[in-house]
This record gives sequence, C-alpha cells and structure tokens, in this order.
Amino acid sequence: MSTTETTESRARGKAPAGERVADWADGRLGIYGLAKANMRKIFPDHWSFMLGEVCLYSFIIIILTGVYLTLFFHPSMNEVEYHGSYVPLQGQLMSEAFSSTLHISFDVRGGLLIRQIHHWAALIFLAGMFVHMMRVFFTGAFRKPREINWVFGFLLFVLGMFTGFTGYSLPDDLLSGTGVRFMEGAVLSVPIVGTYLAFFLFGGEFPGGDFVARFYSVHILLLPGIMLGLVVGHLILVVYHKHTQYAGPGKTNKNVVGMPLLPVYMAKAGGFFFLVFGVIAVISAIATINPIWALGPYRPDQVSTGAQPDWYMGFSEGLIRVMPGWEINFWGHTLVLGVFIPLMIFPLVLVAIAVYPFIESWVTGDKREHHILDRPRNAPTRTAFGVAWITWYMVLLIGGGNDLWATHFHLSINAITWFVRIAFFVGPVVAFIVTKRICLGLQRRDKDKVLHGRESGIIKRLPHGEFIEVHEPLSQDALHTLTAHEQYKPVEIGPTVDENGVERKVKGTEKLRAKLSKAYYGEESQIPKPTVEEYKEITSGHGHH
Amino acid sequence: MKKLSARRRHPLAAVVVLLLALAATGGLYAFVAPTGKAQADETAQSLAIDEGKKLYAVGCASCHGTGGQGTSDGPSLVGVGAAAVDFQVGTGRMPAATSQGAQVPRKDVVYTQAEIDQLAAYIASLGAGPNIPTEAEYGPEGADIAKGGDLFRTNCAQCHNFTGKGGALTHGKYAPSLEGVDPKHIYEAMQTGPQNMPSFPDTILSEQNKKDIIAYLDAVNGDDTESPGGLELGGLGPVSEGLFAWVFGLGALIAVAVWVAARTAKAKKS
Repeated sequence: MSTTETTESRARGKAPAGERVADWADGRLGIYGLAKANMRKIFPDHWSFMLGEVCLYSFIIIILTGVYLTLFFHPSMNEVEYHGSYVPLQGQLMSEAFSSTLHISFDVRGGLLIRQIHHWAALIFLAGMFVHMMRVFFTGAFRKPREINWVFGFLLFVLGMFTGFTGYSLPDDLLSGTGVRFMEGAVLSVPIVGTYLAFFLFGGEFPGGDFVARFYSVHILLLPGIMLGLVVGHLILVVYHKHTQYAGPGKTNKNVVGMPLLPVYMAKAGGFFFLVFGVIAVISAIATINPIWALGPYRPDQVSTGAQPDWYMGFSEGLIRVMPGWEINFWGHTLVLGVFIPLMIFPLVLVAIAVYPFIESWVTGDKREHHILDRPRNAPTRTAFGVAWITWYMVLLIGGGNDLWATHFHLSINAITWFVRIAFFVGPVVAFIVTKRICLGLQRRDKDKVLHGRESGIIKRLPHGEFIEVHEPLSQDALHTLTAHEQYKPVEIGPTVDENGVERKVKGTEKLRAKLSKAYYGEESQIPKPTVEEYKEITSGHGHH
Repeated sequence: MKKLSARRRHPLAAVVVLLLALAATGGLYAFVAPTGKAQADETAQSLAIDEGKKLYAVGCASCHGTGGQGTSDGPSLVGVGAAAVDFQVGTGRMPAATSQGAQVPRKDVVYTQAEIDQLAAYIASLGAGPNIPTEAEYGPEGADIAKGGDLFRTNCAQCHNFTGKGGALTHGKYAPSLEGVDPKHIYEAMQTGPQNMPSFPDTILSEQNKKDIIAYLDAVNGDDTESPGGLELGGLGPVSEGLFAWVFGLGALIAVAVWVAARTAKAKKS
C-alpha cells in the first residue's frame, strides 16, 4: 500500500521531508498500519483513569534519575575516611557507599536534587500504585477479561516495594542499616534454615562486606528489569482490552466513549507527564527526603529512635512492633514467634487483596466480560471487603509509627500498641459492617431518587393547608446512570436428585459457594433496584409528588 | 566571788550562763575551725544559701520536704548537686505542676537565673553533687563536631533521634527534643541524668566528650543549621516523609489529574 502512495506523491513533485521519512520508516517498520489501527484508539476521560498514568510517569522519572545516580554511586562497603564538604562528618570512617552518597548530595552538580527526585518519585510511585489499585478494586475493573492485568499490577506493587526497600538500603546510612538489620532478624527467625539464609544473603555474618553490592544489582537490574517487562505487558493488555468506562447514556459493554489517542489523548497524556514531572520536581526542590548526612554512617552498634522504613514497608514494621515477643525453646533451639509470625502475616496481608477478584468471580460464577465499571455502592460486599482491607493496612501503619503517634498526640506507646493489637482483629470487621450499611443506605437513596426525583428544596403549600416539598424528576440520562448496573441473584445449589431420581452428592465447595453467594447478593446485601413498573406506577401522575 | 555567788539564784542567771557558754563555744569554734576561702566569698555563699532556703521553703518544700529529704510526691534532693537544680528549674521543669503524669514537661521558667543560683546553692549545701558547668566546659572552643556526632549516635540517638528531635519511651514518657536547649542545660542533663535519662558522669563521657556532643547538636540541630535539601519535615524520618508524599505529592497529582480530565477537547465532526 505504501508503494502506491509513494509513486503518487512523486508524480506531484517531491514530497515534504517529513512524509519521505515516514515513508522510509513505513517501508521497514510498517508504521502506517500500526498507526491506522491505533491512532483512533479511544480512551475515556475521567481523572481516576489517570492514576495509572501517575504511576507510569513516576516510574519513568525514577529510571531517568536512577541512571544519573548510578554514574556517581559506588556500591562498595570498603571503609574510607570522609573528607568531603559536609563538616559534621569529616574524618569519620564510613563505607564507600555512604561516602559516595554524601558526595552526590554535596559535591555533584544537581546531585541532591536528583537524589530527592528519585526518592520522592519512588514514594509517589508506590502511593500512586496503591490508589490506582484501589480504584480498580472498588470499581470492579478487575473482572473478566482483566484478571491477569490485575495480577500484573499487583506484582508491580509488590516488586515496587522491594525495589524501594533495596534502594533505601543502598546508602548504608544508620537508618537504612537498621532496616536491613531488621530484615536480617526476620530472616533469622525462619525455623531451621533461617541462619543459613541470612548467611547466604549477607555472605557471612551481618553486615559483612557484600550486601550493598548485592542489593545494588537487585535494585538497579533485576527488579526494575522485571518491572519494566510487567509495565509493558500491563500497557499492552490495557490497549488490547480497551479501557473500561463508567455507566452512562450511550456507554455500553460493547463500546468505549471518549477521545481518540491522536491527537487528543497524546497531547493530554504528554502534557500530563510533564505536569507529573513538574510536581515531583517542585516537591523535591522544597522538601528534604532521607537526609543521610544527618543520619550518619551505619554501624551495627548504633541505633536511633524513630527508625522506620519508607511508608510502603510501614505495615511490616507495624506487624513486628505490636507482636508480643513470644519465644519457644525447643531442644536447645529458639523459635522466635515474635518475629516469625509477623513474617508469615506479611505476605498474607498482600495476598488477601490480590486473590479477591478470583474469589468474587468464583462466587458469582459470572463468565461474561465486563467493561462497564461498578459504582462502589452497587457492590456492597466487595466495597466493604476493600474498606476492611484498607483499615487493616492502616491499623498496621499506625503500629509502624507508634512512637511518633505517642510523641505527637501525647499518648502512651503501650496504649497504642494495645489499640493496634485489638484493632488488627476488630477494625476490619467493624469497617466491613459499617461500609456495607453505608452502601445499602446509598442504594436506597438512589432508588428513592429514581422513583421520587430530586429534592428541590421548594416547599409548596397545598390549598387545604398541607406543606409538601416539590421533588423534581431526574433527567432520562441520570435515570439511566442510576439504574444501569445489574444485580446478581444468589446461586442456588442445583437439584440434588437427577431426572432418574438418583441422589447426587452435593460437594462442600458447592455449599460454601451458595452460602457466600447468599451473603453477597441475598436480601440483606442489596436493595433491589427500581423496576420500570415501579417507576411507571409512581410517575403515572397521581400527583403525589 | 561573793557577789557572784549571792546572785546565783537570780531568775536571769541561767540565761546569762547559757549566753556565756554559747559565746565560749562560738569563740572556740571560730578559733579552732579551719579558715577556708576568703571571708567575703563565704558570706556571699551563706547569704545565697539563706535566700535559696527561703525560696525552697516556698516553691519546693511541699513535694521535696522541708529539708530536701524528699516525700512521697518528690525525690530527695540531698546530693543531687547544683547542676541538677540549674537544669530542672532553668528549663522550667521544676516547679512541676503535678507529681502525677508520666513525665514532667519542659515549660516556661518561673525563677530568674539569680534565684535559680540561690536555690542551687541551697541544694548543694545539703550534700555534695555536680556543680553548674562553666562556659569553658560546654562552649564550642576545642570541640570535635564529627566525634560528637559519633558519640551522640552511640549514646543518645536511641532515645533522642539522629539529630535530637526526640522520641517516645514507654507509658507516655518521652525523650524530649533537644532543639533550642541551652548548651549548659544539655551538659547538666548528661551530668545529672534527669527523670528517665541515665546519667553520664565524667567517668563515662569525659568533659571533652560532652563538649563534642554539644557542638555536634549545635551543628545539626542549632539555630544556624542549614537544611540543604529544603524543608526538614520535622527531621523525623520516613513517617513524615510518607505523609508528605501522600498528602502533597499524590494530593497535588490527583488535583492536576482532575484538572486535566475536566478539560476535554471538543469533538470535531469528521
């Protein structure tokens, strides 16, 4: 196809340079075909769909600034004496890693700014992924066909946590060294193999002379490499599945209403990249992050109060801080339950949210594709589960910062610890119940609005003296939006006797599923949405409202 | 002698004898007792002790007992030394509002420095203890800041944080922030170990060590300390950084996202 076009343009004289370059590229890469297929790709407009973009852009910023930092960072634990420009550390012995980080901060042009951009962008990247994941969760965007993409996203979040942790440990400062020591303690608590694992990880006794170099490869090569692959896969799947959209007039499960990739979305997304970069750069220019010069070099015999990991690891800190220090002595071996149990709960917290979509799809038994998003209130059990999980996570974060809660709110740290211990079990349950009630209340309100219209605030006095408030009927669009969701019916256990009268054995899983389904979609868990008949009956003009 | 013996039954005789005996004892003491410091200094010191005793009776005795022996509401002050008084009263911790509560907080100072010195003199007179340090001891001359930092991280940071921003202890107690604390008071705190703090006498942290620590604190947490990275966010580490990233970082980005999403291009009929 490109050949004919080229001949035609020749006939009209020499084509403009841009066109000739494009032709050249098309002949080798087939870009015209790609462009034709994708340039008119539609993306819907909603701010919450841009959270993923925040993550993507901050990831790019992290890579760019990270490359700059590798030019000056020495991932070595050789001991050196500091003679740089930061006076309060001059003459101190420290690792080359720490001294080169000081060098980046004080003696490399733009080094401190780049370091701060790198670190702030990392915090924002993780926070962005958290919020993006919650957006996907609460709107049910993880349903078929997007389950794999949900898992990709989840893996990105977890890998992001560990990439962040390894990066935070690289400068070998007193704060991060304490964090690495914490991790070593957790590894040591593993029964039987703990000591071996720790020795393998650190090449001998902690801290040894290896871990910075090892963490460095993991931080700049292994984990980001996997993440980059996952990001690409994540994006390809987004394009392949097409974007989800909120219910509304003209929006169906078969179309996508929005703006085309080119030119509108390209401009918007491109502009948004620079806005994200700008916001992160401004924050990095005005606020310090991880001032390693104030923390000092790591020495295993020193420690400071207020030693916390970055926020995304905060919940693991909380798990350890609030766990009672239980120990079992068994045949001369100590099993440190106070550390080992938190180590086991740590992945559970994460997995709980990761597997939820699969549990939901099993309960509903729904095998259809979903491209229209749910409003959180219309899926009360899911929403309640999500809020319960966030509550769980937040309770653990409070535990992780219990000392700062104590000093800043003049509380007893012991009281906070007990609060967290109790709330760890009670908080999610309370959050679940409360959220579900709120969702049902909102469903009732929607139903009321559909059937009776919007409260107009106009009070009318009828001839016989009665006062009524005038309700305005909703527009057709609004009515559609409020009633577009579908409501599941609880699954029943199929007939226990087949056509020949032979009794069938009902499996335990089947019973469990029926039970869960009833909990999800039974009378207690959703308000039947108004039917057309109800609507007609009320609006048929008995002049009531 | 007759005259004398005739009046030996006089009603005032006993008084006269007593006075004579007292005068004799006093005279003998003045003669025998070693003469230490200059006479004038001694008077000033005893004057300060007297004044301090009066102040003590009004402001302190209700908890610490009339002779500084301590009661159920306050510990004995015998042997705590002038340095402890100067620290406790000079930082406003004493007089305390209540003996209940986890810890006595730092507050506005009630007494003038002259009064504090008098109180200190009185308490020091009850028993030997550390003296108020001089500027030469806590001043910045001859201090090694880097060494001070190392000592601070080894001995102090586990409660007071990397640069002395403070931290939590058990049951509502806390290690206070060292921001804006007079070097003299830091020195005295190390010397005397107020409240939950262990004491670091010269046998543990030498005079030079204390000087180094004070100089380090002044360098990293003083009035002229620069923060090369911008806002310090309290100097509390990742918790405040995380909060800032969520509220201002992600908050701003979401605001920007809302703004971008709200600006939709008009669809062209094509």
